[in-house]
Amino acid sequence: MSQREVLELLRENARYSTADLARLTALEERKVEATIEELEASGVICGYQAVVDWDRLAEERVRAEVELNVTLDRETSYDDIAERLSRFPQVTALRLVSGDYDFDMEVEGDSMREVSQFISEKVAPVPEITQTVTHYVMTAYKENGIELGDGEDDDRLAYSP
Amino acid sequence: MTFEPARRVRAVGPSGIRRFFEIAEERDDVISLGVGEPDFSTPWAARDAAIHSLERGRTSYTANRGMRQLREAISRYVADRFALEYGPGEQILVTAGASEAVDLAFRAFVDPGDTVAVAQPAYISYEPGVRFAGGEVLPVPTREAEEFRLTVAALEGAGAADAELLVLCYPNNPTGAVMERSDLEPIAEFAREHDLLVLADEIYAELTYEGEHASIAALEGMADRTIVVNGFSKSHAMTGLRLGYAMGPTDAIGAMNRIHQYTMLSAPTTAQHAALEALESCEPDVREMVDQYGRRRRFVLARFREIGMACFEAQGAFYVFPEVPDGWTSEAFAEELLREQGVAVVPGDVFGAGGEGHLRVSYATGLEDLREALARIETFISDHG
Ligand SMILES: Cc1ncc(COP(=O)(O)O)c(C=O)c1O
Repeated sequence: MSQREVLELLRENARYSTADLARLTALEERKVEATIEELEASGVICGYQAVVDWDRLAEERVRAEVELNVTLDRETSYDDIAERLSRFPQVTALRLVSGDYDFDMEVEGDSMREVSQFISEKVAPVPEITQTVTHYVMTAYKENGIELGDGEDDDRLAYSP
Repeated sequence: MTFEPARRVRAVGPSGIRRFFEIAEERDDVISLGVGEPDFSTPWAARDAAIHSLERGRTSYTANRGMRQLREAISRYVADRFALEYGPGEQILVTAGASEAVDLAFRAFVDPGDTVAVAQPAYISYEPGVRFAGGEVLPVPTREAEEFRLTVAALEGAGAADAELLVLCYPNNPTGAVMERSDLEPIAEFAREHDLLVLADEIYAELTYEGEHASIAALEGMADRTIVVNGFSKSHAMTGLRLGYAMGPTDAIGAMNRIHQYTMLSAPTTAQHAALEALESCEPDVREMVDQYGRRRRFVLARFREIGMACFEAQGAFYVFPEVPDGWTSEAFAEELLREQGVAVVPGDVFGAGGEGHLRVSYATGLEDLREALARIETFISDHG
C-alpha cells in the first residue's frame, strides 16, 4: 500500500518534497501528491510540526506529564472532560489510558510556576477530577521517534572496500 | 638489516582507493559515498548477546570450526533462506569475516601457477588474495549492456575453461548486479563441463531488492564443486565484529579448516555469540535495514537519471555503478568530484576489467547525506557541462 509507505516517510521527515517522495517510493509525483491530499482530507494526517529539542535552546521551556484521575457521573463522560481540557492551549497532548489513572496529559509552559498554576487553578478544580499527579520533564531523550542529543557521529572511513 | 618482502607480497601494490583516502582526510566537509559497510548499528539484541557473553566470561577459544550451536543455526538459516543444505558438523566453517573464508579458499585450492577466473568488476580483495596464494587472476569481464551479469560467452572469451577456480560475487560489489537462477544455470553447466571449482561470495545475499537471492550452489550438481562464503558484516551490520563462514563439501571445508586451525584457531568468541543471536532473533532488524536500503536505492537511481548520468538498475548490495560522462576517466572524475565538491566515490577502474568509465556509489549512508551528495554531483556535472 502506497499510503502506508508515504505516511512512514512523512513521519520520518515531513519536509521531504513530493519529488523526493516519488523517488523514494518509485511512484509518480502526481500520485504522491494525490495520496497526501487524500490523507490530509480524510484527517489521517492532521498536521505537520517540528520536533524540537528544547534543551538545546537557551530559553526555558517547561513540560510536565500529568496523570489525572476522574470520577464520572451520569451526565458527564470522558469525552466531555477531554473536550474541556483540550481547549487549554497549555495542554499539548491528552490521552485516555488504561491502568492506574484515566488521562495522560502533557502540559507546556514558559516556567515551572506557570505550569503549576495552570494545574492548580484550571485543572484540579474541575469537579470530576479527583486527583492529579504532576511529573516535570527533566530531560528528553527521544521525541516522536527521533532521538535527541548529539546526533549520530559517523566514524566510518571515507573509503572502504 | 632490511625486511625484503617475499615476491608474492611485492607483486601486490597498495590499494587503488588509498590515494583518495588521503585527499579525503584533508578536509572535513566530505560526504562519503565511498563506504563499503552499513551505516546502521548492529541490531541491539546481537550487541547485547555479545556483552552478555563477556559478562559471563566466555572468552576462551571455541571449536576450530566455530561454536556448534552457531553452525547449527547457520545450517538452518541457509536452508530456509537460500535452499542450501549444509550439515553443521563438517560442512560449515566459521571464520573471522568473509575475508578469512575467501583467503582460506584461495590458499586451500590454488597452487602456484594456477589461474583463478574472476568475474569483473570485482571486489578488490580477490586479486591480492589469489596472488598471496601464488596464483594468477584471469579477469572475466562483465558488461553493462548485460547488466553486469556473467555470461558463458565471456567465460569462453577469457579462456576460463582452463582455470582452477571461478570466483562469483552476486549481488555484486561494486556493480550491484545480481544473477538470477536462469542466469546461473548456464554458468553452472560451464563449470561442470570444464571441471571448475566455484567460489561463490554471497555476502550481499540478503540485500536483494527484487526477487529472491539465488545461489549457484543450490543448482543441480553444484554443491559438490562450490564453496559458498557468507557472513554477518553486511546483512547484520556487523563489520567490526569480524564474523563470516564458508560452506561446502566435507573434504573442501576440511582442507580450509586445516589452514584455519593453525592460523586462526577459531573465530572471535564474542562475535560468535553475537552472530548466534543475530540469526535467532534479528530477522526483523534485517528486514528493516533492507527496506531502508531499498528506498535509498530507488532514490539514488532516480537522481542519477535526472542528473543525466547513465546508470543501469542495480538490484542488490548497496552500490550503484553509474557511468562517468564522456571525456572523463573514472579516476579523474572521482578525484575532481572529491576536490571540488567534497563527495567521495570510488573510481570503477580499481575493480578491474569493465570497471573503467564507472563510479562505485554506495548508498549505505543516511538519506540527508545522499540528498546533499547527489545535489553536489548535479552541480559538478553542470559546472563541467
Ligand atoms: C564482496 C565482499 N566480500 C567480502 C567482504 C568482506 O566481508 P567481511 O567483513 O565479512 O570480511 C566484503 C566487504 O566489503 C565484500 O564486499
